[in-house]
Amino acid sequence: MERLFIVTDQPISVEEVTKKVVRPEAGAISNFIGTVREYTHGRRTLSLTYEAYQSMAEKQLKRIGEEIKEKWPDAKTAITHRTGDLAISDIAVVIAVSTPHRKDAFRASEYAIERIKQIVPIWKKEHWEDGEEWIGNQLETEAYPEGKPKGEEIYD
Amino acid sequence: MINVLCFAHLKEQVGQEQLELARDELTVKELLQELHEQHSIDTDSLIVAVNEEYADVDDVIKSGDTVALIPPVSGG
Repeated sequence: MERLFIVTDQPISVEEVTKKVVRPEAGAISNFIGTVREYTHGRRTLSLTYEAYQSMAEKQLKRIGEEIKEKWPDAKTAITHRTGDLAISDIAVVIAVSTPHRKDAFRASEYAIERIKQIVPIWKKEHWEDGEEWIGNQLETEAYPEGKPKGEEIYD
Repeated sequence: MINVLCFAHLKEQVGQEQLELARDELTVKELLQELHEQHSIDTDSLIVAVNEEYADVDDVIKSGDTVALIPPVSGG
């Protein structure tokens, strides 16, 4: 069976991820492509390293696909996330969502990337000219006061 | 025996990919306390996954379960 939710150390093909959601019922396919940015708040990044808890990360990506299916029942989603060492402009993540109409495709792909940043066990290490550091979450809520990531309701 | 997987900065801090706890059963809360006391791990921002699902502090971990420490994630 075709694998829709993948964490890999190999370069990602946008075309390959996108092809998985092509189907006659779709009138729209939305892609989100996350790439490595050189400057963050004025600080220059040389490269990034992504590490994943691969088996759990793929399960969580699948869960995001199920959440999208609940919100947009006619959607089909495929997500691939990269791990390992990435250079500036390399592709870190590709999301493809197909739906009958365009609005749902846009919304669902945005939902997917926001949820990836909340619940998928993947970590990014920034390498700068003067050091390196594992980055905590980027949602400005460093701790988990409830003991685990919040449910999908916080997105709404 | 319970094996605990470590990732990202924790893996570097601990110096290995997994820790072994000589316990047959304990709660997530007790696990975090032990890790803090025995390995000086800052557990405030950690969550625990048991068998690849996020666990609550009161959940019970048993010998043979796959346990992982999950620092705040930063994928995407």
